Amino acid sequence: MQQRLLIATSPYRHREASVRALMLNVLYALLPGIGLYVWFFGWGVVVNAVLATLVAVSVEAAMLFARRRPLRLFLTDGSAVVTAVLLALALPPLAPWWVTVTGTAFAIAVAKHLYGGLGFNPFNPAMVGYVVLLISFPREMTMWPAAGVISGEYAGFLDSVRIIFMGSSAAGMLDAITGATPLDLMKTQLGLNQTVTEILASPVFGDFGGKGWEWLGNGFFLGGIWLLYKRVITWHIPVAVLTSLFLMALISSALDPGSHPSPLFHLFSGGAMLGAFFIATDPVSAATTPKGRLVYGAGIGILTYIIREWGGYPDGIAFAVLLMNMATPTIDYYTQPRTLGHEKP
Amino acid sequence: MSSRLHGFPGGLILDGHKAISSGRPSMRAAIPERLFIPLQQHIGEPAEALVRPGQRVLKGEVIGAASGYFSVPVHASTSGTVVEVADHPVPHPSGLKCACVVIEADGEDTWFERSTIADPTRLDPAALRNLIRKAGVVGMGGAGFPTFVKLNPGPGRHVKTVILNGAECEPYITCDDRLMRERPGAIVAGAEIIRRATQAERCVIGVEENKPEAYQALRDAASDGVEVVQVPVRYPIGGEKELIQVLTGREVPSDGLPAEVGVLVQNVATAAAVYEAVEKGQPLISRYVTVTGSGVSEPRNLEARIGTPLRDLLEQCGMREGEVTSLIMGGPMMGFSLRDADVPLVKTSNCVLAETGPDSNAGLPVLPCIRCGSCAQVCPVKLLPQQLYWYARAKDFDKVQDHHLFDCIECGCCAYVCPSNIPLVQYYRFAKTEIWGQEREREKADLARRRHEARLARLEREKREREARHRAKRAVLSGKDQKMEGDAAKQAAIRAALERAKAKRSSSGDRQEGAARQRTD
Ligand code: SF4
Ligand code: SF4
Repeated sequence: MQQRLLIATSPYRHREASVRALMLNVLYALLPGIGLYVWFFGWGVVVNAVLATLVAVSVEAAMLFARRRPLRLFLTDGSAVVTAVLLALALPPLAPWWVTVTGTAFAIAVAKHLYGGLGFNPFNPAMVGYVVLLISFPREMTMWPAAGVISGEYAGFLDSVRIIFMGSSAAGMLDAITGATPLDLMKTQLGLNQTVTEILASPVFGDFGGKGWEWLGNGFFLGGIWLLYKRVITWHIPVAVLTSLFLMALISSALDPGSHPSPLFHLFSGGAMLGAFFIATDPVSAATTPKGRLVYGAGIGILTYIIREWGGYPDGIAFAVLLMNMATPTIDYYTQPRTLGHEKP
Repeated sequence: MSSRLHGFPGGLILDGHKAISSGRPSMRAAIPERLFIPLQQHIGEPAEALVRPGQRVLKGEVIGAASGYFSVPVHASTSGTVVEVADHPVPHPSGLKCACVVIEADGEDTWFERSTIADPTRLDPAALRNLIRKAGVVGMGGAGFPTFVKLNPGPGRHVKTVILNGAECEPYITCDDRLMRERPGAIVAGAEIIRRATQAERCVIGVEENKPEAYQALRDAASDGVEVVQVPVRYPIGGEKELIQVLTGREVPSDGLPAEVGVLVQNVATAAAVYEAVEKGQPLISRYVTVTGSGVSEPRNLEARIGTPLRDLLEQCGMREGEVTSLIMGGPMMGFSLRDADVPLVKTSNCVLAETGPDSNAGLPVLPCIRCGSCAQVCPVKLLPQQLYWYARAKDFDKVQDHHLFDCIECGCCAYVCPSNIPLVQYYRFAKTEIWGQEREREKADLARRRHEARLARLEREKREREARHRAKRAVLSGKDQKMEGDAAKQAAIRAALERAKAKRSSSGDRQEGAARQRTD
């Protein structure tokens, strides 16, 4: 014992857990959803995801460098990649490349790093990026391909690259991009005084959501279950989001079934599943207490429904998440668990 | 009578690493050449040395007397000659030095006379407490709280259940396990004595399920009044409040004592020491200690004399000299680092963990908190470690107390699971120390303010007295054409002023005295 002994403080043991492992698990859990996405809507989403990842990592590196933060440590935490992939999943799969680049760069540089980087961003960066795009480029952001099973057109990998980088007309695949999503369609048709049953007769719709879309929902649901199993997330937020969305839709459709689609339609359309399991559960910007997570999730579900029904945008997940992000500190403060040996707070 | 078990929130299933030291029977450690016996091995006032250098002492002789109520005596753990009474390093997280009686052992191990009591069952609680105090018994599970104080729950509180803590939930530590296997009779007898001393109705010994031999041994030894119960393996079930919750389903109030829910908890080793003290007249001069880890070739439990340098104990267990890179007193979750092995074994030392290889936590990158909440899920007190961390880091000590910082038992569960590898407990210790420091400052400032006020009052009083005197003089000088009544009225006013000043003086004196008293409390 000639050499000096190590002096540290307890605990001297640590579970094998790291932010990187958490982030990797999130990416793995997205795979089934992405797979189905490719199956139904072509390879565009993969091209977007790769593009977004490249941009995210470069911007992250630049920001870390500018902020004099350790590059290796933060570049390997995986958080930028998760933001990039989530944003890519929220974008139309054949959106022009500059849309993806702008959104990702904004998400990482502004929504994440200008607020202090990992752990300090009050808003979900991917959703900030998405909303900025939605407001700035409304046309590009609402041009969605129909599922290949309906349109008969399927954008393969190279086609997707061509459409994304050169535009659809240059690629000669104009038909691949048809426009409205099922949620969108539902909304505009309802606005034209059609009933839900009439609208659902359109080939765009499947059993209870949009064709293809409902399968995506299943894929993300599966991934979400895996995240729960791996304890990357807790049940509180997804259950609260989905239950409140379901209940809102249930009440409305029970009162007036003609102009309100069923609860299942809401759960399996748009970004509901992706949002409930992957976006609303971003730990940094979500509530952190168990009860707070229920409140937070319920808020997202309710706001999503309200925006879908009465707002100006077809899907409301992104806005709902950002609005609830704002309420997070307050929610956390008022939902502290009862510490042992104390009366109810 | 069987107990229904209850749960406690959070907690962890940890790798026990217990088999490496629990397999071998305990061994009596050799008498060291020199013993360093700290005069303070308990919470409270340190004992006062009773011996001088050159004096011969016998095993079990009192070498330090209790000073005040909140104190216990210290005894020589072998016979020999006192070399000095001086400050020496003792096992303490801050590497503190403390007054120690240094004894050069003569190797004879001659006992001082031991007075045994014919029939201890006839002693009343006060007499039992006195015997336990005289034997220097303190809580041996960690804190070192004087046992006799704990056995006296105070007026109006009645202990219904005595719980003996044999959970030993922290990894690596097996000294209680070995003690329960080897001396179950002493533990059960000690339990009975504690039950009598507190006049409790029942006594439960809680043993973690991973110690079946210990459980069986205690069951075989158990008398009618003592119940032995297996509790699930989940860290930190051996925490006082956690064990109470599991065995009784009751929560100890945050700022209260277990006695408030009718419970008293003692460690099993303390119970054995109580038995020795009462039935054998033997003071607490040795204890079981686990010497384990990759740094020793023969990890095992030793029964060692208090004051034995840890180096001696490590060598008897085959310390891999030159390879040991860290020494931890206690377990890996709640223990603390030692700077070297030249500190003595004290009454509260349950384990010496010698490790080789690099720091197990070094190289783990520390990232910002991502608010994942894993820490809150494992906290046994249901705190929000992420919020505590956030406010401790921001030095927002009001908010950190709003989030009940002082309920944190520093079990380390939160830091153990944190994916960002944040040394959370370090922040809580820091915040607690800061808050204590601020409170001390505030008290000091309070005292200074009171002194200042007293001084102002005195000056004011003197000024008024002076004025009164002047006025009196003037009155006398111009008194010729004044009526007697006016004069008398003035005199009365002066008297009244003096009276008031006197009253003020005595009351401010009281206040000052009160402040001084508070400080020495
Ligand atoms: S476990 Fe660590 S990263 Fe997660 S919330 Fe707690 S302190 Fe933050
Ligand atoms: S160290 Fe404190 S905050 Fe962390 S888990 Fe233990 S009691 Fe809770």
